[in-house]
Amino acid sequence: MAHGPAKGITRWLFTTNHKDIGTLYLWFSFAMFILGGFFAMVIRAELFEPGMQLIRPEFFNQMTTMHGLVMVFGAIMPSFVGLANWMIPMMIGAPDMALPRMNNLSFWILPPAFLMLASTLFMEGGAPNFGWTFYAPLSTTYAPDSVNFFIFAIHIMGASSIMGSINIVATVLNMRAPGMTMMKMPLFVWTWLITAFLLIAVMPVLAGAVTMMLMDINFGTAFFDAAGGGDPVLFQHVFWFFGHPEVYIIILPAFGVISEIIPTFSRKPLFGYASMVYATSAIAFLSFIVWAHHMFLVGMPVSGELYFMYATMLIAVPTGVKVFNWVSTMFRGSISYETPMLFAIAFIILFTLGGFTGLMLAIAPSDIQYHDTYFVVAHFHYVMVAGAVFSMSAAVYYWLPKWSGRMYSEAMGKLHFWITFIGFNITFFPQHFLGLAGMPRRYADYALQFADWNMVSSIGAFIYGASQILFLYNVVATIVAGKKVSEPKTWEGANGLEWTLPTPPPYHTFTTPPDLHGTHDHQLTDDQLEDHPGGATH
Amino acid sequence: MLTGVVVMFVFAVFAMPPLYRLACDVLGIGPQQYSAYEEAAAPVDESRTVKVQFMATNQANMPWIFEPAQFEVVVHPGERSEVAYYAKNTTAVDMVAQAVPSVVPINAVDYLHKIECFCFEQQPLAAGEEVDMKLVFFVDPELPESIGTITLSYSVFDITSRVSSSFGTSLNSDSGIETASN
Repeated sequence: MAHGPAKGITRWLFTTNHKDIGTLYLWFSFAMFILGGFFAMVIRAELFEPGMQLIRPEFFNQMTTMHGLVMVFGAIMPSFVGLANWMIPMMIGAPDMALPRMNNLSFWILPPAFLMLASTLFMEGGAPNFGWTFYAPLSTTYAPDSVNFFIFAIHIMGASSIMGSINIVATVLNMRAPGMTMMKMPLFVWTWLITAFLLIAVMPVLAGAVTMMLMDINFGTAFFDAAGGGDPVLFQHVFWFFGHPEVYIIILPAFGVISEIIPTFSRKPLFGYASMVYATSAIAFLSFIVWAHHMFLVGMPVSGELYFMYATMLIAVPTGVKVFNWVSTMFRGSISYETPMLFAIAFIILFTLGGFTGLMLAIAPSDIQYHDTYFVVAHFHYVMVAGAVFSMSAAVYYWLPKWSGRMYSEAMGKLHFWITFIGFNITFFPQHFLGLAGMPRRYADYALQFADWNMVSSIGAFIYGASQILFLYNVVATIVAGKKVSEPKTWEGANGLEWTLPTPPPYHTFTTPPDLHGTHDHQLTDDQLEDHPGGATH
Repeated sequence: MLTGVVVMFVFAVFAMPPLYRLACDVLGIGPQQYSAYEEAAAPVDESRTVKVQFMATNQANMPWIFEPAQFEVVVHPGERSEVAYYAKNTTAVDMVAQAVPSVVPINAVDYLHKIECFCFEQQPLAAGEEVDMKLVFFVDPELPESIGTITLSYSVFDITSRVSSSFGTSLNSDSGIETASN
């Protein structure tokens, strides 16, 4: 017979349960989000006015570097892995992930890795200060001693991602409930399947880049050192071959979440399911062949620049298909504006805006002007914050009632949304102006003509930052004292196997898989619901 | 499986570098500008001239004096020309340098052939020592008509520590990364 979870700290240390591991990933990523956010507050506080008021330039560079590393590798990626762990088994009618013990390992190596990375702030020579893209030779010849710990942390985090991805692929390909064909899977599962393949393909490349760095720094090799016959541009090629698919790794699961939420609150099925799958696959494939659009200024021949420009512009097409499909889903739907829906709609608008600036950056001759300015910073914060982070916020509000059996306060959720939305735009919209006016990125101080928009941006950042504390409060208050809910379907328009389970779900669900033969999409018929009330053992 | 891993690493570390160099030699790929031009001399094209300008840069706070002896020469394509770069070790320690060439415009790089160049070897200079370093080159007559000026730029790096360390590799050493001239 199934028994409940173990008691005490060992429950969390030794768990092989996908719900527990999902919870661990989510709380870890939230902590990293707060840490990375704190670094951002230091950055924006220093940039509030021209001149150096609060910190030295050397420390500023550590802040920009650590903000990027912690947010990309510690906050956004683990948060979506946590979501995958919680939701994929429930969405496909599986009892757990394919490799539950490796799942535990994938999570538990992360806290030590990030503890080590954060500890570099207290080391002699300081934390990594060469930007989250850590180009050589700044990150090799001129790096502080802590670079070796940085490299170690990246290796560990990469191993975690690779193991997690293997787990996801194995689970999705092998453990779907009978009758759930690939083209009946929820979009969130599809996007994570594709993302997992991307991760398996490119994380080893990052490991290679970082190992070559280690060799150059410690063992006298010259991969990236012109003096020894190497080439700094090689670093950029290897890094961005990882780096471009990486940003799609970040956004594809976010797309999946939006594809779950929009239909629910439009009370209409997702428009164009098959084209969504094909578009996601096209984006994933294209993401491998556009990397040098991050390198338009290294001295590439014109033919190379043209190729990468055209290929990059091409990605706008499948992305546009997805945006049009979301909007078409809403068209003539019966829409209600609960907090998850607000975040999802904001995602569609703001991510599209970020996509437009991305298209501008793709134009190689124009990029000569935009490259390494705040225009780029504005672009990627629109797609990563208003994109991925908004999507994660939507996911949390959407599924937290299911996870915890308690409903969040709709008023507080909306408050968090609006302050976040307004704060985000005040922070990042003016950064487009700063970039176009010529302000370079990663600068601790700036020329006086950039002062006004920097002040506006910093005020926005403080508003946005405060709002995330509100988010933390909302989540904790819901879990601890939220109104208890117990209907399986929290949301009237929700579809999917997770909404057939009890709220909150038992520790083990779908120990017997539901039979979906003859059902439409991923809904159980009423008879099947009677036979499988939540899939718990009975 | 462990044996397989061992074999793989032994192959990668000891067999691949010579194989890679062999493949580049045989296929003729790889940057030609780092190695001596070994083909036959080309007939001189008296009908056009090309201006070749010279630049020198000290990389990474390299303290030597390093400059071309002449700003530019005007040559016929195919005509062999000899120029010099002057270098002086202004410090109180013996040092070793490596000069790395670069050509602008990028389309001209395949048409500037160096027969002898100080950049093919490491350059040791004792404390205070100075030297005039020889460069012999010619411009290929196949140089596109649209190119009238070629700029040859050298960057000089301090490789003293790279040469002296036991793990170190350097341009043109037996075990190092490199050029077809080996």
